Amino acid sequence: MREVDLVIIGGGSAGLSSALEAKKQGIESILILEKEDKLGGILNQCIHTGFGLIEFKEELSGPEFLDRFITKIKQEGIEYRVNTTVSDITKEKVVTYFNSEEGQVSVKAKAIIYSAGCYERSAGQIELGGPRLSGIITAGSAQKYLNIYGYLVGRKIVILGSGDIGLIMARRMTLEGAKVECVCEIMPYCNGLNRNVVQCLEDFNIPLYLSTTVKEVKGKDHVESVILVDVDGHQNQILGTEREIKCDTLLLSVGLIPYVGLLEKLDLEKDKRGQISVNQYNETSLKGLFLCGNCLHVHDIVDYVVQEARSSAVGATLYLKNEIQDEESSSVIYDSNISYVIPQKVLASLLSDITLKFRVRANIRDAYVCVYNNDKLLKREYHTGLIPSEMVMTTIKKEKVKPPINLSVRIETK
Amino acid sequence: MKELICIRCPRGCHLSVDEGGNVTGNSCPVGKEYALEEINDPKRMVTSFVRVSNRRDTMLSVRTSKPISKALMFKVMDEINKLKVKAPVEIGKVLIKNIFDTGVDIIATSSIEAD
Amino acid sequence: MKCDVLVIGCGVIGASIARELSRYKVSTIVIEKNNDVGEGASGANSAIIHSGYDPKPHTLKQKFNVLGNPMFDQLCEEIDVPFKRIGSLTVASSKEEIKELKKSYKQGRSYKVPLTLVTQKKLSSYEENISSDVKLGMFAPTCGIIDPFNFVNHLIENAVDNGVILHLDEEVIKIDSLKSEFKVITNKDSYVAKVVINCAGIYSDKIAFMVEDISWSIEPRRGQYYVIDHLVSPFVNHTVFPAPSKVGKGILVSPTSAGDYIVGPSNEDATDKDDVTTNIDSGMAIKQKASQMINNIPFRDEVRVFSGIRAHSSTDDFIIEPSKSHPNFINCGGIESPGLSSSPAIAQYVVNELVSPLITLEKNPSFNPRIRPYVRVKDLTSEQVCELVKKDPHYGVMVCNCEKVTLGEILDLYKRSIPINSVKAIKRRLYLGMGKCQGGFCLPKVVKSLSEYLDKDLNEIVYDSPSSYIVKEKIKL
Repeated sequence: MREVDLVIIGGGSAGLSSALEAKKQGIESILILEKEDKLGGILNQCIHTGFGLIEFKEELSGPEFLDRFITKIKQEGIEYRVNTTVSDITKEKVVTYFNSEEGQVSVKAKAIIYSAGCYERSAGQIELGGPRLSGIITAGSAQKYLNIYGYLVGRKIVILGSGDIGLIMARRMTLEGAKVECVCEIMPYCNGLNRNVVQCLEDFNIPLYLSTTVKEVKGKDHVESVILVDVDGHQNQILGTEREIKCDTLLLSVGLIPYVGLLEKLDLEKDKRGQISVNQYNETSLKGLFLCGNCLHVHDIVDYVVQEARSSAVGATLYLKNEIQDEESSSVIYDSNISYVIPQKVLASLLSDITLKFRVRANIRDAYVCVYNNDKLLKREYHTGLIPSEMVMTTIKKEKVKPPINLSVRIETK
Repeated sequence: MKELICIRCPRGCHLSVDEGGNVTGNSCPVGKEYALEEINDPKRMVTSFVRVSNRRDTMLSVRTSKPISKALMFKVMDEINKLKVKAPVEIGKVLIKNIFDTGVDIIATSSIEAD
Repeated sequence: MKCDVLVIGCGVIGASIARELSRYKVSTIVIEKNNDVGEGASGANSAIIHSGYDPKPHTLKQKFNVLGNPMFDQLCEEIDVPFKRIGSLTVASSKEEIKELKKSYKQGRSYKVPLTLVTQKKLSSYEENISSDVKLGMFAPTCGIIDPFNFVNHLIENAVDNGVILHLDEEVIKIDSLKSEFKVITNKDSYVAKVVINCAGIYSDKIAFMVEDISWSIEPRRGQYYVIDHLVSPFVNHTVFPAPSKVGKGILVSPTSAGDYIVGPSNEDATDKDDVTTNIDSGMAIKQKASQMINNIPFRDEVRVFSGIRAHSSTDDFIIEPSKSHPNFINCGGIESPGLSSSPAIAQYVVNELVSPLITLEKNPSFNPRIRPYVRVKDLTSEQVCELVKKDPHYGVMVCNCEKVTLGEILDLYKRSIPINSVKAIKRRLYLGMGKCQGGFCLPKVVKSLSEYLDKDLNEIVYDSPSSYIVKEKIKL
């Protein structure tokens, strides 16, 4: 069986940037496996701009952002396979992949970076009344049909969910000639970035209805209308607030879910949300298996994915050079304002600074993000406002953290 | 006093601009620049795609080289929709030079390789 | 067009009868109003082959369920359909339920259905996650799970391979009885047939009414289900039923033949014969009832909610008989649960007992009970995949990552005898798009492949029915 130092599963932004970083760190034997017919992942269909502001100090479209990475991958001579699906990963880190040139092949990896991205929550996974009609489609699929295939999925659109892809698609479809009737969001706040509300909805006078959901979809074979309804603070529908909107498409932007199906059988340690736990190198409980990008947690900005992928590559390098000792780790604790923190665990010896990434559960104004080690305050950072749609990042210098390590993150207000 | 959300980066700062053109709430100089522009002549990036005429089912993604007057967005779309493009195309290629005399070009944001 | 037998409807009953007829030198035409087979109740049910203890004595449901159950092993082997006898566990918590369960046990034994009672102590050796409220169980080892879509698909494929003619997308609008024949008029054509078999499912009353006044009717009942993804750790090993009650077999929790899990159905009045809506309130009730039997059902990994329509007859039993005024017009109506389990026995009965007195049934010497086997790449070893891919590289192109379905498998469907007209037809044959991402990644690729096969534009490709387009408009021409 062929042996490879580092197998990277998923050749999107995360996979590509981790490959480049690993190469820079001195890893020579790298293999990237990508299921689609070209490298780049989902950014290939994100032809809007807004990528690379941190990385390149420029506002690029998805394909332009990718082009810079892919060019380097080719320059560096990093080996990759496209049209190649991974069908199995074992605890011994044997990766079995599949394509039309080689058939089904297994390689033994010394380390694995898993960067397979995420998928969209679909109609089957939300409670949507009415028949299962065509015309109910996820925003990402509509994006692919439009930007890659050149087709509009509909002409009169209602969008359920205010995730960024939904907002981006509201603008894209409007520019291409469709009429977007409204965006409705069951939560009392928008799930997408503020800038997207401004430039994707307000610019085109598309209303955003908060605390509103779709009660029912109507139509015979295809969507003909939807019934909107207001919800109360507990997301219960308020009777009597129903109104019907004629449309031919219900676009769903109701959340992204890490794509980790292949890892299920490895019985990796998970946090209380059921998500895979990692340490500061984004390493899972299976030593030598690292995650990064949207399969670890869903990011709002690709530039942060790149940073995270680099730290996974650094971790994989340390692992390959046997510099991470098998040692005790402690859990990162957080208060009830926070929905999760990555990493969930911290290994006792800190070889580098540690970046904590988290999201809040609801909007909080005038907030102080506080990081403690054993009740000793390490950092207190003021934010005018924290919102669930924005991932918060804070980096702690390794010199500041004195053992024993028991980090906690708390949100304090005045 | 006018309230704005900065769209120049994903941070989305809440800005205020008073009658004298003083900007508050910005985290960086770009925010100030954005606020003043947004009051006087708001500008936006326009992104779209065109069909590649000599390739079956192939789209070429395009954008404005710089943000362009918001009022021109749909007019720019009309021009993009009229555009005829043939492969090969190199990323960054200027497809329409100085559209509507704005100093802004329409450029390709991906490459379509030669056969 | 002339034929010996015309079958109206290609659900599980129509397909089973058509295949049974194809054993003989009989010209058979099957007319189906949808653009694919198995679109009605046959494609939206619990997919359980019931052991047969439940139906009331002296009913057709009882007779055919008990006869049908043992026929599945050979049949599924012949037509290459996944089928597993995993056994069912019927559970009782309250005194009332225990009484009912003991009654079921006695009744089932009298039908000679293999059954054992399981005491509370031993229940956990059957089901680890059984609720502690459950006091008594009844194990029925012959209960099985089946792939309901491909059961119908492969039955009719085999029938067509053996000479049956199938017309999809064609609706019967009128039936005239001639002297000893019938003239069946559809929206596309007309047919003269010696024998007509009405297998129109939920619409069987409407079809029966075209030839005479009938005393029965179909009362549509809606059943809502949840599907939980196969990626969860196994939480149930058998089909778990509550003790039977007046409202039927109740909410079951079961593995499926595809490796997923199914929970349901509700039992509600449907507003009309096409009412396959789902609603949140019934969902809550289903989940609550299921949780009374099995602990910790991972509803967070739910991938799909759907509703099926059951063709409940006003007689509360199957109607399988010639019409009163026309002995060569045979009605098969009210075939609700256990209809799937009964289908092979019903087909044999209809052909051998009802059709054979009407026309001569001479053996078809070229009848082949087997269909060309299906390649399922996900079940192959690496060596087998390499060999296959060498022969046909399309088997190395993965289309659906969640369920591991390749382009080769899609292209193979196009070469078979049943036309593929919709995305759903592919989905139901290969289970693609039925996993975690529910087609988010693969359906656009399927739409593309289908558009190439049908030589149509993307916006002419439909999800299921002819007006269910997926994309509306090609732009920037």
